[in-house]
Amino acid sequence: MFADYTMTELTSIFAMQGFAGLTLFSVFVLMALGLAIIFGQMGVINMAHGEFMILGAYTTYLTSNVFSSYLPESLYSLYFFVALILAFLAAGALGAFIEWAMIRHLYKRPLDTLLATWGLSLIMQQLYRTIFGPREVGVTLPDWLMGSIALTDMVEIPINGLFVMAITLVVAVGVGLTMQKSRLGKQTRAVVQNRPMASAVGINTARVDRLTFALGCGIAGIAGAAFTMIGSTGPTSGQLYIVDTFLVVVFGGASSLVGTIASAFTISQAQSTMEFFLSGSMAKVLTLLVVVGILMLRPQGLFSLKIRK
Amino acid sequence: MLELTDYNVAYGQSDVIRNMNLSVGDEEIVAVLGRNGMGKTTLMKSLIGMIPSKSGTVALNGVDLVPLQSYERVGAGVGFVPQGRMIFSTMTVKENIETGLTSTGKNDIPEDLYVMFPVLKEMQHRRGGNLSGGQQQQLAIARALASNPSVLLLDEPTEGIQPSIIKEMARTLRTIRDQRKLSIIVSEQVLSFALDVADRILVIEKGNIVLDVPVEEADQATITRYLSV
Repeated sequence: MFADYTMTELTSIFAMQGFAGLTLFSVFVLMALGLAIIFGQMGVINMAHGEFMILGAYTTYLTSNVFSSYLPESLYSLYFFVALILAFLAAGALGAFIEWAMIRHLYKRPLDTLLATWGLSLIMQQLYRTIFGPREVGVTLPDWLMGSIALTDMVEIPINGLFVMAITLVVAVGVGLTMQKSRLGKQTRAVVQNRPMASAVGINTARVDRLTFALGCGIAGIAGAAFTMIGSTGPTSGQLYIVDTFLVVVFGGASSLVGTIASAFTISQAQSTMEFFLSGSMAKVLTLLVVVGILMLRPQGLFSLKIRK
Repeated sequence: MLELTDYNVAYGQSDVIRNMNLSVGDEEIVAVLGRNGMGKTTLMKSLIGMIPSKSGTVALNGVDLVPLQSYERVGAGVGFVPQGRMIFSTMTVKENIETGLTSTGKNDIPEDLYVMFPVLKEMQHRRGGNLSGGQQQQLAIARALASNPSVLLLDEPTEGIQPSIIKEMARTLRTIRDQRKLSIIVSEQVLSFALDVADRILVIEKGNIVLDVPVEEADQATITRYLSV
């Protein structure tokens, strides 16, 4: 399959597909970070995670509309930063509400959570369809995000992709610091390890659950905002990502944020590069086969902590 | 200080603690002895709120603990060191102690905890799960003390600990009591440790107190008879 291309062509194909993979990687990481917090830390399988992401995307869409209709044009270039914060808050607030109304009653029934959040995702999709219509919507990128940087004659790097990667980096570092250093992070880890004991040292576990779930959903909202940079938003766009995201989280080792990032990188790069040479579904089959194989050898995922059991 | 009146705890239909009445005084160390399955751990777990009680009251300095959840009881002044220590094994020593600070709202570990347990300062960046049994026990005690309790509950603290360290632990617990002016309830199977540490010895059998004596009057032979199978 490589025979039709010259060496320089191949190099630039790999470089550009690699970069496309990096953009995909960024969205994966943002999605998976939220999911890793909710699934890895709380053990809740949130099938509606994709819809929380889309909520962030629609929030971004609305913000860009408000900016273009009501605010002077000079401010438009800044809309994305406002949208990012609003997307985080909207998805986080909805997450906190859902945790209160639904999830907290289901902590001891993981399979029921799966069904309930699946139902939630259907409800949310229909709501989006009713409110925003079935057609996909897109945002107009501000000028400074358009275009690309030409590295060589054949290799071009799109600026919006770079920007999405920058956001991902900031969010990933922020989440890492939150989980490692902040009081909420330490309390979350204590609750994850031993819920009754965490309560017996003075941690309000119900409150920690709500904040953790809200944080995970809020990060999904940020993923949605970033998603508008590289694709258009429809009611069911979130579903396309949810399976891949679970794959990333399980492959990386559910309780390790570093593992999540490493596995997102591997999977997105493998897919993006193979998609160019093979068909999309063949690329997926190969990726899944490799992941299944590795998980059979290492059921705990790529990274896991070494401690006495 | 801590008052139990007509206290009952049950698992479903089977009563484990039956109509217990107990009063623990200020700065008193009480050892609760009894054979396996007589309700020691159940009593401890129900006092911290891990198991609900069936009826009766528990009051700590006049505050009714029964309707409170575990974390609220910690806020009210109960500290808990569980059987098997239950430290958070993937978290560092420092982080483990910090979880105990939650109810106080403070961020920094008080220096006197490290003075009391210097080994924890040395190991503060190690993961809790990689400590030895005795070190984990110290960590569990430090974590409980971080919330500034007025009564400290310890459930079988000597389990799985070397005999030489058990002696030292009795001394440490008495020092903690003297420095922090708190009351301690410790459940035990090892009689020598109980005699070393306590001011007062209780023996429970089938969920009832069958013996309640100051340690000076405790007769080893009588107690041993209760403890032997």
